Amino acid sequence: MTESLPDHMRPERSFQGLILTLQRYWADYGCVILQPYDMEVGAGTFHPATTLRALGPKRWNAAFVQPSRRPKDGRYGENPNRLQHYYQFQVILKPSPPDIQELYLKSLAAIGVDSALHDIRFVEDDWESPTLGAWGLGWECWCDGMEVSQFTYFQQVAGVECAPVAGELTYGLERLAMYVQGVDRVYDLNFNGRDGADKVTYGDVFLQAEQEYSRHNFEHSDTAMLFEQFKMAESACQKYLTAGWQDGKRERHLMALPAYDQCIKASHVFNLLDARGMISVTERQSYILRVRELAKACGEAWVATEAGGA
Amino acid sequence: MPDLLLELFSEEIPARMQAKAADDLRRMVTDRLVAEGLVYDGAKAFVTPRRLTLTVHGIPGRQPDLKDERKGPRVGAPDAAIQGFLKGAGLSSLDEARIEKDPKKGEFYVALIEKPGRPAIEVIAEILPVIIRTFPWPKQMRWGDRSAKPGALTWVRPLHSIIATFGLETEEPDVVAFSLDGIEAGQTTRGHRFMAPEAFSVRRFEDYEAKLLEAKVVLDPLRRADTIVTDAQQLAFAQGFELVEDQGLLDEVSGLVEWPVVLMGSFDPAFLSIPGEVIRATIRNNQKCFVVRDPNTGKLAPKFILVANIEATDGGKVIAAGNERVIRARLSDAKFFYETDLKTKLEARLPKFDQIVFHEKLGTQGQRIARIERLAVELAPKVGADVEKVKRAAKLAKADLLTEVVGEFPELQGLMGKYYALAQGEDASVAAACEDHYKPQGPSDRVPTDPVAVAVALADKIDTLVGFWAIDEKPTGSKDPYALRRAALGVIRLLLENKIRLPLAAIFASHLAALPAVKAADGTANDLLLFFVDRLKVQLREQGARHDLVDSVFSLEGQDDLLMGVARVEALGKFLDTDDGKNLLAGTKRAANILRIEEKKDGRAFDGAPDPALYAVGEEKALATAVDRARAEAATAVKAEDFAGAMAAMARLRGAVDAFFDKVKVNDDDPRIRENRLKLLNEIRAATRTVADFSKIQD
Repeated sequence: MTESLPDHMRPERSFQGLILTLQRYWADYGCVILQPYDMEVGAGTFHPATTLRALGPKRWNAAFVQPSRRPKDGRYGENPNRLQHYYQFQVILKPSPPDIQELYLKSLAAIGVDSALHDIRFVEDDWESPTLGAWGLGWECWCDGMEVSQFTYFQQVAGVECAPVAGELTYGLERLAMYVQGVDRVYDLNFNGRDGADKVTYGDVFLQAEQEYSRHNFEHSDTAMLFEQFKMAESACQKYLTAGWQDGKRERHLMALPAYDQCIKASHVFNLLDARGMISVTERQSYILRVRELAKACGEAWVATEAGGA
Repeated sequence: MPDLLLELFSEEIPARMQAKAADDLRRMVTDRLVAEGLVYDGAKAFVTPRRLTLTVHGIPGRQPDLKDERKGPRVGAPDAAIQGFLKGAGLSSLDEARIEKDPKKGEFYVALIEKPGRPAIEVIAEILPVIIRTFPWPKQMRWGDRSAKPGALTWVRPLHSIIATFGLETEEPDVVAFSLDGIEAGQTTRGHRFMAPEAFSVRRFEDYEAKLLEAKVVLDPLRRADTIVTDAQQLAFAQGFELVEDQGLLDEVSGLVEWPVVLMGSFDPAFLSIPGEVIRATIRNNQKCFVVRDPNTGKLAPKFILVANIEATDGGKVIAAGNERVIRARLSDAKFFYETDLKTKLEARLPKFDQIVFHEKLGTQGQRIARIERLAVELAPKVGADVEKVKRAAKLAKADLLTEVVGEFPELQGLMGKYYALAQGEDASVAAACEDHYKPQGPSDRVPTDPVAVAVALADKIDTLVGFWAIDEKPTGSKDPYALRRAALGVIRLLLENKIRLPLAAIFASHLAALPAVKAADGTANDLLLFFVDRLKVQLREQGARHDLVDSVFSLEGQDDLLMGVARVEALGKFLDTDDGKNLLAGTKRAANILRIEEKKDGRAFDGAPDPALYAVGEEKALATAVDRARAEAATAVKAEDFAGAMAAMARLRGAVDAFFDKVKVNDDDPRIRENRLKLLNEIRAATRTVADFSKIQD
């Protein structure tokens, strides 16, 4: 598959080539290819196309890139692999197909990882998101000792049992690109696959952002505003959830998605406050619990919507 | 007789669950077979990352026939009783029952129930689905479109196929017919995921195992482990190094591969500036690779050994290079953590402990460290340690818990404290105490000998014990969440192996008083002391000593010094091995038995001194003199801690005791003489108590 590509599109030369190859592969499988969600999230799993669509009986196959924000992981651009903003490639397949492992391995072949040459392994890694009230079983996928993906069979999301179970694949794109490009520092990744003056690196695109956001996340974020925003998002979420129940009966919900946006918002604001060290060990648990309560209520609302199977 | 082959083929099973799963499968299937009357010759289970396999050989082709007689109601009994009998016995009418006669009961019905044995394959077809559905995985999951329905099959990871064949060696076996949530049992499996993914058919265990081997799957985990160790040792040896063996890692790695291929990689020798334990933890925990060392220096070499699951087309060059890159990045992180840690002095970390709760009833870590320091200082003179050094060591010993390296690798607690203490120029004893105060962790762990480490180690453990005793969180049965038994054993070993005398009761009392805001129940210190005596008994019993002797010594008043107690037990044991000892024990017991009987008869005790005026025969006088002398001599010897001497003094009592029982009739007709003689017997018992409570000693 990669043979037919022009050089600048080849995944082993180009970061965007890697993304486009994965999109192409999963589009060929029949996934809808979505664009990133337009809000800050801590992981691709927060995208409503994963969290909410994992619930309810309807078939759902989707793939998308999702920028992930982890304010605490910022290193002012000085660490070769740690970033406060990075890309995840998410695939969600509901119900999980019987050949999902083979599909995943073929996607690695599509980006140039030859399973006759590399040591690919599925190593136990059970996934749990306390803020989302979600858990699943699966593996970290290792390629020559490096974790390149997470593979999870969702069992419960937003406090609701998954029926049927969805399979979720998450590729850490920078890490995978560093591997196939043979690069040790993320900022040295070739972003556009060109050479010489035409070459754009990952550093050209993101280094300044990493420095600026690290300053912001660790030193200057307006914590008074953030505390306020947390409360506002929490109360808006609850308000939309209450207003969304049609005729005040808990049968049909009409505003699950806008409510869930506020849940995402609260979660990100919490991460920002945590990065500033504004949340003590004892308070931490109660914040996580508050976000989980929102997520659970959103899950309950979602399964009362049409896409949720009501 | 026929054999059963069972294979449950799934997606990758977590390595840590594999061994128990194999064991559970063997146990569950064979237990059910036996319960169904199918007694087999042998069974063995195997496991790889993708399959759980069981072979049971020598199963009878049929269950034995069962015959059973069931007694029913008497002839002419009410209809309800008759109907109940017929239903229970499975009869359609009374014509099928026999009538028997009994002289007492008269005539009554008897049903003869014959249950013919069923073919084993039918029974197995019923057993297996139940076992698979109720298999005790620590965590299990649903998957695929069937997971939408209630009652969907659950397994550790998606289950793909089942082999179940049953038959004689000489014949084509039958497939055990059952299906589970859409999976039909058959005789097909697959080989290695990448090297031999095609499906193939098998008949029975022998060809199954052989065909798997051709398909690049080593079924037996022990054989995989063996290959890994042998190849790893050879690879290391060829480079002039030796493998640092690691059983836990070996077990895990054997569970991650079906076809082990051992390769060697290198890392930059500059990383060897990090402590070797940190390098090993990094490479082991994160990458599941082994480290190697230079046999001449014992130091780590800049090499590691990885176990791949594939014979790569390039001989493994790309795989080794990939692992080297990951390990380089990991070691860079570890080096960064280590160097970051070195920038902060250990004492600068301490204020943070005031925010960390140790236990809600026992306060913060900061308070606990202060308590350990107080107690360690109290103990310092008793163990011969320098007070200032003990104080310093107690203050710093826990500080490494807040370092980056220990946060990443908790198993390096203590050890990192030592490195950081040395790096900031602490005294060598203080640094060693940071590591050694956790010791001994178990019965085979090293016991520290440096007095500074001993003082802090004792204080750390005694604080834990006194604290949890004060809030009544003692170990019960198999539950010991705070590892209090281990802590007590640690104290015992510290005291005995370093020959430290320590009156524990006073220490417990003073430390109880130092606990903030905890109102311990009365008798807490004494209860804790009894726990120690119990632990000591277990410890001595494991070393082959007699636990009844421990009881006989520690049931005496005021015995709270373990070292002295043990010395007494040893002297007593030696004494009881001599003829004098055995006879004295017999004499004392005889005296005690007579006393017990007579005390019961009269309803009174015979204490108080005997009256010399009432001695009627010479043996009485001789015994009284001997008892007085023995008691005085033994007491003097005990005071001088000469327990052998005390036993020797007791030994001299033997002749007089023997002569007394030989010649003197205790229960004299004159009640006054009888009473006086019983008082004399009581004197024997009292005298022996100078060394031990002989009544607690078993014959």
